[in-house]
Amino acid sequence: MTDLLNALVALANFVIIPASAYGAQLALGALGVTLVYGILRFSNFAHGDTMAFGTTITILVTWALQAAGVSLGPLPTALLALPVGIAACAVMVLVTDRAVYRFYREVRAKPVILMIVSIGVMFIMNGLVRFIIGPDDQSFADGARFVISAREFKQWSGLDEGLALKSTQLLTLVTAALVVAVLFWFLNRTRTGKSMRAYSDNEDLALLSGVDPERVVRVTWLIVAALATVAGVLYGLDKSFKPFTYFQILLPIFASAIVGGLGSPVGAIAGGFVIAFSEVTVTYAWKKVLGYLLPESLEPSALVQLLSTDYKFAVSFVILLVVLLFRPTGLFRGKSV
Amino acid sequence: MRGAMLFGLVALMIVATGLMQSWNSALLILNMGLVSAIMSLGLNLQWGFAGLLNVGVMGFVALGGLAAVLVGTAPIPEAWAAGGWRIVAALIFAGGVIALAAVALRRLTRYRGLATLAILVAGFFVYRWIFDGGVAAVEAINPASAGNLGGLGLPILMAWPVGGLLAAGAAWIIGKTALGLRSDYMAIATLGIAEIIIAVLKNEDWLTRGVKNVFGIPRPVPYEINLQQSASFVERAQGLGLDPVTASTLWVKTLYAGLFTVVLVVLLVLAQLALKSPWGRMMRAIRDNETAAEAMGKNVTGRHLQIFILGSAICGIAGAMMTTLDSQLTPASYQPLRYTFLIWVMVIVGGSGNNFGAVLGGFLIWFLWVQVEPMGLWFLELVTSGMSDGPVKAHLLDSAAHMRLLTMGVVLLVVLRFAPRGLLPER
Repeated sequence: MTDLLNALVALANFVIIPASAYGAQLALGALGVTLVYGILRFSNFAHGDTMAFGTTITILVTWALQAAGVSLGPLPTALLALPVGIAACAVMVLVTDRAVYRFYREVRAKPVILMIVSIGVMFIMNGLVRFIIGPDDQSFADGARFVISAREFKQWSGLDEGLALKSTQLLTLVTAALVVAVLFWFLNRTRTGKSMRAYSDNEDLALLSGVDPERVVRVTWLIVAALATVAGVLYGLDKSFKPFTYFQILLPIFASAIVGGLGSPVGAIAGGFVIAFSEVTVTYAWKKVLGYLLPESLEPSALVQLLSTDYKFAVSFVILLVVLLFRPTGLFRGKSV
Repeated sequence: MRGAMLFGLVALMIVATGLMQSWNSALLILNMGLVSAIMSLGLNLQWGFAGLLNVGVMGFVALGGLAAVLVGTAPIPEAWAAGGWRIVAALIFAGGVIALAAVALRRLTRYRGLATLAILVAGFFVYRWIFDGGVAAVEAINPASAGNLGGLGLPILMAWPVGGLLAAGAAWIIGKTALGLRSDYMAIATLGIAEIIIAVLKNEDWLTRGVKNVFGIPRPVPYEINLQQSASFVERAQGLGLDPVTASTLWVKTLYAGLFTVVLVVLLVLAQLALKSPWGRMMRAIRDNETAAEAMGKNVTGRHLQIFILGSAICGIAGAMMTTLDSQLTPASYQPLRYTFLIWVMVIVGGSGNNFGAVLGGFLIWFLWVQVEPMGLWFLELVTSGMSDGPVKAHLLDSAAHMRLLTMGVVLLVVLRFAPRGLLPER
């Protein structure tokens, strides 16, 4: 019985909690990608760097607040700086849209051209972020580190295994749930949200019904900026901020969006968790959990790690391929342009 | 005419670098420019001729680099004796398991999915058991300087075609799965595959020494130190009024430039012949209207696979050449911005669909990539010259290195907006 509990706690500590937090971060990122795809109809390669830009501004403001002695007690100061980051990111994407993307919308360029354009935007944002904050690792988390620490948990439960819940992980889950709830309320209940969905479903019909396309696009970019900044800040708080990592996270984010079905918000969330859980389970060394579960004679001597953690990209990629081959529109019927 | 002028301009810029900075850096730019031109020729085949979105150029370039290690470096017999054959056996076993699973998936009628899955899972664990033992044995052999299996010890020039073959093989596997996908999906898929190839190179120490890098890959040209010791070379250098050290570095780079030029010219002629042939016209017809081409009886998927393999092979050749030029393989240095997206900028700026455009783009963008940094530093020094010394000024001056990403983005966007067909448009 204790063995089973120990195994469960170890599983929760090393797999379920980290994967949930990571999944929430991916889901927020994938929501941004999926919204751009649904409304503007292209795959936005600049999304990772949009996240990095919003996070950069948030970090700078956080540092300023920390220097001024402002703090939120147990919560990270970055939460106070978040609105500023979102605003800066919103200005950035709106300016980009006005200066770059709008032209291609007007000439009705093919989606693939817009995708290549977004590569150009990616270069610029990537350069800008490195220009502002440099290419190195930055840490900006403060406040309480743990909600439950492994040692306290062991004392309380009397088990051999500790359960740690970092405050950033809890914060990630709570924030993500809030953001998603607000987003769905907005998309399903408000007039603007409905016009966005109508535009995404059938552009011509929406135009005929008097939906202002430029307004829809503007609102989309605002939401995308908010989602990207929140996702980026949560990821940065949980791990750390490094421009290159934010570029690389593009791959699992795209995988999440595609696995869920591009253009489908529910799909993006489901996809984020599917990718995160598979990445973590496949690269986790199962020795400990199996050690508790199996009888002593069968106990594994090796790490029982299916793949080394460096291959986590391979995991998102394989899932992506399997889904594309067997269910090309994703788990939740997405759309295709 | 326009092409000749633009090529003349690039040549002039490189010569100007030689006169103003040093001939050494001019030759460095020229050599990497030649390699970049070949890479963008390969991508132009895929994107320009056929409209295929290959965002995994980096992966093929890296495979070319792997070929340089596998062909050029000397074999390590102890490692082979310790576990090399066991690794080979494991890989053959893995191939067998996959083949068996494929047969099961195709032939079985009942419990098809379950049986395939069971074969794959059981096969994976047996494979890991064979493989891990071999890897541990190989990596234990002299880990400070080797720890890998080494190569075949053949002349390094053979690595170039082998790099092409390796990339072509990978492209065949990738093309079989990814080419059926829609354009954006294919882009993400190739991006992912390139990351996986790099992850393999970074982590499979028995193959590439991973992040410990492979040094001292043999060269097709003499070493500077040998030239400096050769009496006849020193004499000739002094005859030209150069000191032997400078002369030897310049001479080595010139030899490389000669070799690279030969490869570039051969590939350019081939690409040009292909473009002008009925095959090239068919490719462009498929690109412009897949449905119509299919209705005319063209095998669209087959042709796409063919050109995907050819283009990737060219990238592989370029990758092998680059690793030969560096004499070392550093898996950690492969970054998508530099080896995938920069090549895209080259093709689009040069003119997609035009081979000369791709080559021009390769030279021009590489020149900018190298020279934007000193230009950016000069610019920032000008901007900050009025400022008092302080953290802001220091930060700005430190950031000059990141100007190049910014510049590339701006160049790409400006070209896409105002000259979407590139500097040398397709005819």
